[in-house]
Amino acid sequence: MSRARLLWRKSLNVLMLTVTGVAALSVVSVLFLILGYLVYNGGKSLNWSFFTQLPKPVGETGGGMANAIVGSLKLLLLAAVMGLPVGLMAGVYLAEFGGRTFSFLVRYTTDLLNGVPSIVMGIFAYSLVVVPMRHFSTLAGGVALGIMVIPITLRSTEAFLRSVPGSLREGAMALGASKWKTIATVVLPAARAGIVTGMLLALARVAGETAPLLFTAFGNQFWSPGWNQPIASLPVMIYTYAIAPYEDWHRQAWAAGLVLLGIVLIANVGTRLAVSHGGASRGA
Amino acid sequence: MASAAQGHNAARLTPQVRVTTDHSSTASSEEERVRFQISNLDFFYGPKQALFGVNLKIPANKVTALIGPSGCGKSTFLRTLNRMNDTIRHSRYSGEILLDGQDIRQMDVVGLRRRVGMVFQRPNPFPKSIFDNVAYGLRINGYKGSLRDLVEHSLQRAALWDEVKDYLHKSAFALSGGQQQRLCIARALAVDPEVLLLDEPCSALDPVTTAKIEELMFQLKDSCTMAIVTHNMQQAARASDFTAFMLDGKLIEHSETPKLFTTPRDPRTEAYITGRFG
Repeated sequence: MSRARLLWRKSLNVLMLTVTGVAALSVVSVLFLILGYLVYNGGKSLNWSFFTQLPKPVGETGGGMANAIVGSLKLLLLAAVMGLPVGLMAGVYLAEFGGRTFSFLVRYTTDLLNGVPSIVMGIFAYSLVVVPMRHFSTLAGGVALGIMVIPITLRSTEAFLRSVPGSLREGAMALGASKWKTIATVVLPAARAGIVTGMLLALARVAGETAPLLFTAFGNQFWSPGWNQPIASLPVMIYTYAIAPYEDWHRQAWAAGLVLLGIVLIANVGTRLAVSHGGASRGA
Repeated sequence: MASAAQGHNAARLTPQVRVTTDHSSTASSEEERVRFQISNLDFFYGPKQALFGVNLKIPANKVTALIGPSGCGKSTFLRTLNRMNDTIRHSRYSGEILLDGQDIRQMDVVGLRRRVGMVFQRPNPFPKSIFDNVAYGLRINGYKGSLRDLVEHSLQRAALWDEVKDYLHKSAFALSGGQQQRLCIARALAVDPEVLLLDEPCSALDPVTTAKIEELMFQLKDSCTMAIVTHNMQQAARASDFTAFMLDGKLIEHSETPKLFTTPRDPRTEAYITGRFG
């Protein structure tokens, strides 16, 4: 082995380490840049009335987005109720029961569905719910988000179920457990932490969606009781306020961005803690 | 042969619900009672045939060892006995497998597996507490009595109780590999199976733990029939009463263990046990 060759190999190593390292660093720094900017601008705009008051009419400063915070939570609840069970069940089907042709079809369709632009989901929910009802509604927004939740939940559930070793299934079946009993009592509990995290990621993903809400939930400057009226949501508020020509609205848009991020973060950390704590005491 | 046939009839009359103590007396009165009778068993994974015309009797309250080189069909054979192979797509068998004179194909698979327990090559405890692992089989079968007593009894039978009695609610994953394997044995014993199938249960364990499990098999003989697949010929010689030698999906030779190891009839058996191949 010549010296030159050795030197070349070593420097190539250093070079590749640097290139990959810089790429990794840039990912992290972009994230921290966004976070930092949001926290800086949002933090100084955030005050108590943001959480407690309704938006003020154009021209007045102050007010808050209490209705949009509640609205976003209501929309997410609807999306969770409609999307998570379907995604979970279909994921169980694909991982545990599925045959060949139909599973392939479902998996392929799911991936397509996952790639459909969110505004198209909005149009779909519009024609499915808004047009027959003849008005925008919380329900329509929930449907649009719920449909988006399904493919993400489905694929993550399937992946986590597949990662459960087959030996656990055999162990349960060798004790006389039926297929469904095995899934319900051994496989699902073993994959619980991952499945819940996947569901959460799906909800976090749609929590920030604006496009599908524009012509389904539409928006609202006031409270929206029930599920039948247009409703305000944080992403749509951010969109509306950020492009408006008023300084005070820009301030509130930043605050809304921070609150949205906070909601996702709290839900994420909270669920992870609950899942890992419950898992530790029960042995997962 | 005649007494084996009697065994079938006696078994047909035995009620399905058994008490742990009843068959030790049966065993002493009927030495040759046959638990499993396998005739002309051919097994296929799709188009690939894995077992060829296997005929074997597995006597009650004895340990039958299955030896042979890797891929000879030992595990496949063992897994046909509790129909674990049903879960493998496109697998099928022909021939007849009788458990206490009853064709296992006609049985409800859940009931069959409750009677024929299985311990796998790698310990596979569920991600639950030690207690819940042992109680699992009882719970899914809707056992109504005191779980606690049966869990303790099962752990004692598996020689694990003293090591875990203060940690029953800790995760089973906190146990060592050998303890996990004994936990899996306890889990299988909890539903009080008539037969215990052991698929290389010691291959991932150290010699001390292996010795414990062999000791355990010896003690279990008065309540349980066992069939063990092993790669370890010393283990087969030490722990079993009967040994079956398999090669390329065929049963080459089957006899009492001392006889098979000292005076094998078939030259291929001799070649294998003297370490000339496999």
